[in-house]
Amino acid sequence: MPLVYAGVCSHAPGITGRAERADPEVRDRFYEALDGMRERLEAARPDALIVVAAEHFANFFMNNMPAFALGMAEGYDGPIEDPDWLGIDKFRAPGNRDLSGRIIGEVMQTIDVAYAEEWLFDHGIAVPLHFLTPHFDVPIIPANINCQGPPLAPLHRAWAFGEALRRAADAAPERIAIIGTGGISHWPATPDSGRINEPWDREFLDRWCRNDREALCGYDDAEVYARAGQGGFEIRTFIAVSAAAEGTPGAVHFYAPIPIFAVGCTVADYQLT
Amino acid sequence: MSLYYVQKFLYHLNRDPALQERYAADRRGALAGYELTGEEVEALVDVDIGLLFHLGVNGQILMHFAALHRIEWSDYLQRMRDGITRHGPVREGVYAMVGYEGTEAHAARLGQSGTPGEPGEGGS
Repeated sequence: MPLVYAGVCSHAPGITGRAERADPEVRDRFYEALDGMRERLEAARPDALIVVAAEHFANFFMNNMPAFALGMAEGYDGPIEDPDWLGIDKFRAPGNRDLSGRIIGEVMQTIDVAYAEEWLFDHGIAVPLHFLTPHFDVPIIPANINCQGPPLAPLHRAWAFGEALRRAADAAPERIAIIGTGGISHWPATPDSGRINEPWDREFLDRWCRNDREALCGYDDAEVYARAGQGGFEIRTFIAVSAAAEGTPGAVHFYAPIPIFAVGCTVADYQLT
Repeated sequence: MSLYYVQKFLYHLNRDPALQERYAADRRGALAGYELTGEEVEALVDVDIGLLFHLGVNGQILMHFAALHRIEWSDYLQRMRDGITRHGPVREGVYAMVGYEGTEAHAARLGQSGTPGEPGEGGS
């Protein structure tokens, strides 16, 4: 049946791992916005949640790097990071191998997606799930777009991946939700960690809310790197969710730079009809 | 120069508790089988975060190596900054795509000031 929810949020490890070092007022408003996202997701009563992430060398490396990948397992362990460092205990999130297989089969009609029957969740998925499905009671279908090791898939292919996920979700009888996770501008884990280009972020979010394919796919990677850092490559996850929302307008529920989290913290979703 | 194998070793180390135990017991021994230069071996044995960043190791891989050694976050960032000061711009890899000139140059290009991540700086 038609996709029941589409949204995006930040996934930086500092959100949970360095929580005590953030301005409490801004941090708590961000956490409240994530709570609101969880409530809207729960109201959509999803049978499964596709998480379009930009994993960070937890599963995929440059020996065999897929541009796009989907998980096909009955469960997923995480976080790969030290639990004390990340601030999230070890967990096993449920999967749905059968549903993953059907989604992958449909996506393959237009995208040569890799699949993985093993997948360790890193902060890219663990942090969003910590807030959105804290009881691990919704089966997860992890999706990955390589945003870390260039060459990266062109943005219009990230859009096409999102279109394929929407088509596959609509074709399944289950109620399926999708979220994208990533940063907008940021320089994570580098000497520039904490730098955030807020004007660039707000301009991107304006394009995202208008769900303007041409504008969203109009960025050039060299320009993204210069203005938004290597973390800016993760706009691919947001763009895939835009495509999955099929032109509906979006709303930003929260945006604020939180330097110790190393990202402009974002909560946004689309008003699916 | 074999950045690929430096990163491959760290990728394995980050996700494999058994390799973490071997590395803890015998750092040089754990590096056997990876095609590394002497400089790279020493950087991995000495936990030289600044040199590894200068060599081009992706921060998303390097930060876990720092965490494994209980290097506090702000200290991790400073060690990378010191590495660039000591050794020069990043040689290879994703940060060398357009040249990694250091935080001050990036701040100037974006019309910002200061070192990011500190209270009141780099946030907008």
